[in-house]
Amino acid sequence: MNSDVILSAKTPPTSQKKLVVGWFSFTCCEDSTILFTELLNKHFDTWRTLIEFRHLKVLKSNNELRDLDVAFIEGAISSQSQAEEVKNIRANAKYVVAIGSCACSGTPSSARNTFVSEELSDRIRWYLSHFDYSDKVKKLEDVITVDDKVNGCPMVTLMFLKVVNKYLRLFGVIPSEPQVQ
Amino acid sequence: MQSGEITIDSITKIEGTAGLEVKVVDGAVQDLKFIIKDYRRFYTHAVKGKPFAAVPSFLSRICGTCSVAHLFASLEAIEKSQGIELTEQTKLLRRLAYDGLMIRDHALHLYFFVLPDVLGIDSILDISEDAQDVGHILLHDSFDIKSVGSDITDVVIGAAIHAPYPAVGGFHKLPDPTLFPSLIEKLQKIRPQVIRGIKTFFDWKASLIRNADYMALRNEKSFDFLEGEIINSTGRKVPESEFHTFLKSVVIPYSQSEGYVFSDTHEDYFAGSLSRINLNLDLLRADTKASIAEYLTAFPSNNIYHNNLAQAIEILHCVDEALDILSSLHIEAEKPIKVPVRQGVGVGVIEAPRGILYHMADVDDAGRIRDYDVIVPTSQNQINIENDLKKFFGENLHRPKEELQRDAEKIIRAYDPCMSCATNFLKIAWIEQ
Repeated sequence: MNSDVILSAKTPPTSQKKLVVGWFSFTCCEDSTILFTELLNKHFDTWRTLIEFRHLKVLKSNNELRDLDVAFIEGAISSQSQAEEVKNIRANAKYVVAIGSCACSGTPSSARNTFVSEELSDRIRWYLSHFDYSDKVKKLEDVITVDDKVNGCPMVTLMFLKVVNKYLRLFGVIPSEPQVQ
Repeated sequence: MQSGEITIDSITKIEGTAGLEVKVVDGAVQDLKFIIKDYRRFYTHAVKGKPFAAVPSFLSRICGTCSVAHLFASLEAIEKSQGIELTEQTKLLRRLAYDGLMIRDHALHLYFFVLPDVLGIDSILDISEDAQDVGHILLHDSFDIKSVGSDITDVVIGAAIHAPYPAVGGFHKLPDPTLFPSLIEKLQKIRPQVIRGIKTFFDWKASLIRNADYMALRNEKSFDFLEGEIINSTGRKVPESEFHTFLKSVVIPYSQSEGYVFSDTHEDYFAGSLSRINLNLDLLRADTKASIAEYLTAFPSNNIYHNNLAQAIEILHCVDEALDILSSLHIEAEKPIKVPVRQGVGVGVIEAPRGILYHMADVDDAGRIRDYDVIVPTSQNQINIENDLKKFFGENLHRPKEELQRDAEKIIRAYDPCMSCATNFLKIAWIEQ
């Protein structure tokens, strides 16, 4: 594994500043969220010295959407209310990273974009009309500006670790040069 | 609380998005809504017309955390539609992979989501960095336990999430047996850690008792997540193919998921670990039972919080079963079983981590999907959750609003609900409440 993407548990922070992040999920299976919780098996002790998880609904109740350095956003956008929510996240984050296939490309959550209207059952029509589904499911950058993408279904772990380290360096939380273990 | 509203817009430390609205008038609960908010993806419609071989992998995308459960249920449904009989090796490898899933998935729920409730803190992020602190010890136990679960699925089916090796009729690629000794060593290491977790959830005195109706798969030969008949606590027993006759679907207009009750009594019921341990306690492995006899005295139980204890016990069962399989399995070169494509309907019913899961595949004579149906545990539990919450609020309105909100989330969390699953199926029957 590329040493550039692995932070040693002994990696010293360059300052007291932590990277302030939020993690958000929209329409998807949340596989990347689950993979993120798996990454914590190895990285928990290091990351909590370097990262403030200000908004992380899967792990905490006391969440704040303000002054995020980076927002990681998983999932596609299925409705106007989700679009408004993600715009609000964008307005409160310096950078936004699209996480996983549904956020990056819309698929597979956008499967309904190919449905033929005449073939839909009454039940599907009921759900589509009863709740505020938009006509089409959108990928994230169809709704907001995206700064980075981590593709994959679920996200590719090494790409995610590289992006995390990129922003840790960008915000001066760790030294700008990679630490070699 | 005499009058007013409690709204939890988004319940935390669960998979997916759900909310709760409670309306209190003159000291009584006038209305309560448990609302599943994830938007549907209509995957069971999306697979219509697709060749069956492509369907299990696609439908594993219903859920990230129990991806393997959907994959295996879909494989079973399609294999039965084609009359495919699996080899004993394939059955054993699927059992082994499923042990890995259960170990990781249950540990995620118990330690990352519920442990903060046990410790009286908000999050694992608040756990002390002191290595002697009990929370610190348990959290680091969980890292080891979850890792072993993922390692098993990585080796046996290629990944913990959306696994690439399993195929209709067997495996595209067989595991490398030289990796088994390392898995055995890791499983032996976590066994005492798992027992420490069981004690933790046994000692937790949280309680909510209301319903006593359960449903689970039961295989008379062994404690089994993948094979058996469906039984419920009223004594009914049916084969997998008749699972849908057990249930009546109920439209819940404010929720993105329908709910279910028993078709005969119209009573709500619980699906999940608590059902499995209540109905199959006698079938747990002897070595598992011998190690935790004092904790098994809690069962049968109608305490919803004992779903957590039941999950912790299932982790140990899976550790012991995985050790057994890994120690005795000799991998033979096998290709997936192929049979001539035929028209047929197949049903796969398995126990997902959160409870009983149903896949039905209707395949045409060209091997394409004509119809597909999925029933998931969280939708089955939806009405039970709502009724538990009504009881809880009805008996506790004298307490501060913040406490009510916090404990309501604990109750919901005890079910280990998964909204990603709950919003990706369409039951065939459409029965208005």
